[in-house]
Amino acid sequence: MPQRQLTGTRIRERRIMQGMRQAELARAAGISASYLNLIEHNRRRIGGKLLLALADVLQVEPSVLTEGAEVAVIARLGEARAADSAAAVAEQEAPEDFAGRFPGWAELLVRRHRRVLELERTVETLTDRLTHDPHLAAALHEVLSTVTAIRSTAAILADTPELEREWRDRFHRNVNEDARRLAESAQSLVSYLDEGGEAETGLASPQDELDAFLTDAEYHFAELEAGGAGTIDAILQGTGRLQSTAGRSLARHYLESYAEDAARMPLAKTTVALRDLGPDPAALARRFGTGVARAMRRMAALPPTEDLPRIGMVSCDASGTLIFRKSLEGFALPRFGAACPKWPLFQALSRPLLPIRRVVQQDMRGRSAFLAFAIAEPVSAPDFGTDPLFQAHMLLVALDPSEWKQDDVGGLGVGCRICPRETCEGRREPSILTDGF
Amino acid sequence: MGKHVLVIEDEPNIIEAISFILSRDGWTVDTHSNGHDAVDVVRAKTPDLVILDVMLPGKSGYDILSELREDDATRNLPVLMLTARGQSKDRELAERIGASRFMTKPFSNAEVLEALHELVPQ
Repeated sequence: MPQRQLTGTRIRERRIMQGMRQAELARAAGISASYLNLIEHNRRRIGGKLLLALADVLQVEPSVLTEGAEVAVIARLGEARAADSAAAVAEQEAPEDFAGRFPGWAELLVRRHRRVLELERTVETLTDRLTHDPHLAAALHEVLSTVTAIRSTAAILADTPELEREWRDRFHRNVNEDARRLAESAQSLVSYLDEGGEAETGLASPQDELDAFLTDAEYHFAELEAGGAGTIDAILQGTGRLQSTAGRSLARHYLESYAEDAARMPLAKTTVALRDLGPDPAALARRFGTGVARAMRRMAALPPTEDLPRIGMVSCDASGTLIFRKSLEGFALPRFGAACPKWPLFQALSRPLLPIRRVVQQDMRGRSAFLAFAIAEPVSAPDFGTDPLFQAHMLLVALDPSEWKQDDVGGLGVGCRICPRETCEGRREPSILTDGF
Repeated sequence: MGKHVLVIEDEPNIIEAISFILSRDGWTVDTHSNGHDAVDVVRAKTPDLVILDVMLPGKSGYDILSELREDDATRNLPVLMLTARGQSKDRELAERIGASRFMTKPFSNAEVLEALHELVPQ
């Protein structure tokens, strides 16, 4: 049925929505109830003064009655029905009727249909990432080509005992070169997979939104350093990263905590204290008469400067779930799943209030090391009869190579899934690096 | 002189290893590492067999194979395709275009030699 012919249906819906009887509306518009009944069942065309009168009584714009649901909604409803073979057979009513009678439900159905299509595309993308993700395809091709070169060359070296020295030297050089390239390609591939593809898949969690928001700001909010807690709304409105209500809520909570920290440990004084005391959160906490966790948060929120080392930080709740991540080059943080159980962060959780200080390394080739400070502090003030709930925090300070001293023999991982340390006592699942490829 | 094989592959160390084992096996080996002019090179070199990588700079191995199969001179030329993807639909695509054999990386030297002997009996 054409759009215009559904005006009667819309008048009926509006009247019912307002709890008005047919006779009541007819009387107010100056027509008989039986004539209104014909109009409402689309048996009489309506326009001109009568339409204006009915719209006036119903307190809506006349166009709401004549145009009703958007053409696009009706078209989408038609698409949704066509996409479902069972619906095409079972539901004979035209989408115009449905949209005219139930505009709100029609829009809801269209939104759900659109979401289903988006999710179907996501599923398709995830089930065949090699086709849809050119970067992944190229990275995997690079890894497999290098493996092929190593396999072929190694077989020649092993199976050709009479190999001339010149060839042998050349193939040894090739294997060495390829092995190095393979290590780099595999590491880059794993990082890429671990970073995920939320931009393409739309699967970003609220925590991901917060991470992206903080990364954009480099974890520093100059507006809040002057004690301007009232600017939090402006900061939140100025970003496009926080799409979900939960993401905005996390960000607001973070910024409120940031403003409180900044008030207790002003930026200028904190920077001077850091230069005096060195990057030690316990010493800093003592200087300001505050907790170690707050000192860690302030250190992680400093703007990057040349005379201070690079600083990262990670926090977890009592379940071990990471609730704050400021990554640092050379110390990767897992994007999905649980982190390495050997991190001092988790040791702190099992020994509340005990400060832990260790030199840690993730890179098995020892290209970077960090001074890790970890502590677990109660979330709320102590109360008799209530068991305190703890959160653990770990601050990571990039070390100069001259200061490295290996405290964690064997090093730490990112998470079991992408950790090559096969015999680690903390392993809870196989690694894709040793079992998956 | 042995049969003539043209290896079209952009990974230099794979080229070197394959060239070595094929030479030792008695083949005359030519190599090429660019997809862009690979069809012209095949026409110019007139090999007995082509080993063709799928992912090449300039033009994909699938496109090169399609062009070879459209040309009467190379329509029946044995082509062994190499790919990093081993899914059945990739294999089906290669077969549909006209690949004589399809081999997934990483392959062994013995597999390559065996395939070549089947495609071009010495």
